Amino acid sequence: MIDFSQNYFALFGLPQRYRFDPETLDAAYRALQRVVHPDRYAAAGDAERRVALQSSARVNEAYRALKDPVSRAQYLLSLRGIDALAETNTALPAEFLQRELERREAVGEAQAARDADRLAALLREVRSDAAVLQATLADRLDVEAWENARDAVRELRFLTKVAGDIETAIGEVEG
Amino acid sequence: MALLQIAEPESAPVPHQNRLAVGIDLGTTNSLVATMRHGIPVVLPDAEGRPLLPSIVRYADRGIEVGYPAQEALVADPQNTIVSVKRLMGRGLADLSDARRFPYRFIDAPGMVQIETRSGIRTPVEVSAEILRTLRLRAEASLGGALAGAVVTVPAYFDDAQRQATKDAAQLAGLNVLRLLNEPTAAAIAYGLDNASEGTYAVYDLGGGTFDLSILKLSRGVFEVLATAGDTALGGDDFDHRVYCWALETSRVGPVSASDTRLVMLKAREAKENLTTHASTSLVATLSTGERIDLTLTASTFTAITETLVGKTLGPVRKALRDAKLTPAEIDGVVMVGGATRMPQIQKAVATFFGAPPLNNLDPDQVVALGAAIQANVLAGNRASDEDWLLLDVIPLSLGLETMGGLTEKIIPRNATIPIARAQEFTTFKDGQTAMAIHVVQGEREKVADCRSLGRFELRGIPPMVAGAARINVTFQVDADGLLSVSAREQTTGVEAAITVKPSYGLADTEIARMLQESQAHAVDDMEARALAEAQVEGERMLTATASALDSDGDLLSPEERASIDAAMAAVRRLAAGADRHALSAAVAALNRATEEFAARRMDRSVAGALAGRSVDSLAED
Repeated sequence: MIDFSQNYFALFGLPQRYRFDPETLDAAYRALQRVVHPDRYAAAGDAERRVALQSSARVNEAYRALKDPVSRAQYLLSLRGIDALAETNTALPAEFLQRELERREAVGEAQAARDADRLAALLREVRSDAAVLQATLADRLDVEAWENARDAVRELRFLTKVAGDIETAIGEVEG
Repeated sequence: MALLQIAEPESAPVPHQNRLAVGIDLGTTNSLVATMRHGIPVVLPDAEGRPLLPSIVRYADRGIEVGYPAQEALVADPQNTIVSVKRLMGRGLADLSDARRFPYRFIDAPGMVQIETRSGIRTPVEVSAEILRTLRLRAEASLGGALAGAVVTVPAYFDDAQRQATKDAAQLAGLNVLRLLNEPTAAAIAYGLDNASEGTYAVYDLGGGTFDLSILKLSRGVFEVLATAGDTALGGDDFDHRVYCWALETSRVGPVSASDTRLVMLKAREAKENLTTHASTSLVATLSTGERIDLTLTASTFTAITETLVGKTLGPVRKALRDAKLTPAEIDGVVMVGGATRMPQIQKAVATFFGAPPLNNLDPDQVVALGAAIQANVLAGNRASDEDWLLLDVIPLSLGLETMGGLTEKIIPRNATIPIARAQEFTTFKDGQTAMAIHVVQGEREKVADCRSLGRFELRGIPPMVAGAARINVTFQVDADGLLSVSAREQTTGVEAAITVKPSYGLADTEIARMLQESQAHAVDDMEARALAEAQVEGERMLTATASALDSDGDLLSPEERASIDAAMAAVRRLAAGADRHALSAAVAALNRATEEFAARRMDRSVAGALAGRSVDSLAED
């Protein structure tokens, strides 16, 4: 069975770095699922099927953690003993919060006006802000500026949540 | 041309016996069974050569009728002739916004509605089991033997209750369920393997009563579902119903009896089907009251009265694209599945939305069953060495539990690839709290009341501590069928509780056992003989699997370990020849325990091999 204490990067045979080639991760993920997926063990004994279920779930969880840029950063920090989501020290810069407050108002207005186009424009804005922040995050992780990286992760988490809320709003408006 | 294979003289070749496996599309309107023949999936027709089995069950005076005979009694005996039972699976009366549309005598039961019939009270699970049993018997007659197993398809958007109900029905029908497979995914397998496709595809599946939209990435033999969305109460039935309403309103008749409702609904469906190839059609019916309906329905009127239904399918299309982070232009092709996609206005709406004509080159009625047959063949262990493909599916709706204030805490998000296991820690709210109620829900909304309740269980025996001190770890596990099981454990003391999320919507294992016993009164096959045969098949399967594992990886065992596995195998082999099914089952369980550590080591080796970049997996497959 897969060593459950092994870290996710090692599981996929990847160097423990934030920036990597997503194709390499995808290929390693597929190669692993090809050997651990329960479909490969449908005719096997119960013990093998149980091991396959656990291993496949583990590979899926690891893939999900590394594929998403925010959770990958979070995971990298956690390997350094830094909990990016600890409830203590959640303070975000006032400037950032002010901007997001305004954005939230704009989303609320667009939602009330059932303006799907405006919501889509706001979504594009958030995503582009997130992309910029992600590049910053990657730079900070590359130079091992862990504390600064943690702050960027928190802001990025916030933006991800905002983007999710806008998507939900679009879904409601479009029906 | 394939080369003939010759085994090494010394090695004992495992006799290649093809296990009989089928794929079953349990549809709202029609059901099908298919299997692999000479490497090609084919639908198995009935004795009269008809591929479809109408999903209709009649509880008649002289027994149970399924399919075409039941169809003939639709109008004459509406209350005992059950159609569209799929819409009732895993649903309570309160869940059915359209309950008045059905002519049945419903009984509101916890979790799932029941129907009062001439033959007594029946659950949707039992009704579905009649359809599945008919298909099993058809397949066994056609293939000439008992089935090793079946893949049964479900709408991708089915929630846990609907999936579990379907699996229960299959077990009740005497089927060994190899896998519950999502219908659009099944279609994608049939389509993708047939066309050797690569790229990103959408499957638009509008059946008789359900709608699914799945987006898949097909890449180097891996079918990866990126997102799925849908509506489990939207299908061809609803188009019939619009025509029915239009016919009554236009003719100024109504309200009408249950029989007349069935009659006009049938005429409405005929009219709908005619409009696939004609610009207009007539709709004529004489009601039991003597009133007459005599109308002409044009394609443009039909399009107008069903416009909102067509529009309703586009919501899930947009949602799935958003979840997959894709635009319509990034979709390489849209595969049309389900009889209802024959409607020209559907074809047009999909073509307009995606900016390209959809793909219709596989029979929309059969493609799901064909895909299920391909998967069943692989899962039964008949995979050929050149069929090195893999399916990665997702869970359609988020799973979570209730926290303070009636809010949902999501544990597993929608569109997560399955299987998946995820744990989260919770704590107590009050000082000295010794029990915790865990309420499992499925859905996207924040309030628990807006999500579907899947089950409740209690973790008891938590030692009294101050509020917030206990650490309760709740684990959600979703298997490859998309079915959830939940367990909870208090970390400091190890107190544990677990459920398979099942009893809250009606069917506990004891009830299944009762139904099985009841159905035995009608069934010709002897339960005990069947149980023994199943245990023997299971024993055989374990022996074959273990032998092949020892063959390829026996070097991972010490001589002592090897000896204990050999002894466990010998016990199974000896008891498999006898008639004591309990002793045989115990021996199989012992063999399973004896091979646990071996299984783990083998998996380690496979994983190491997979990343070394060579194809140990393909060697191990052979």
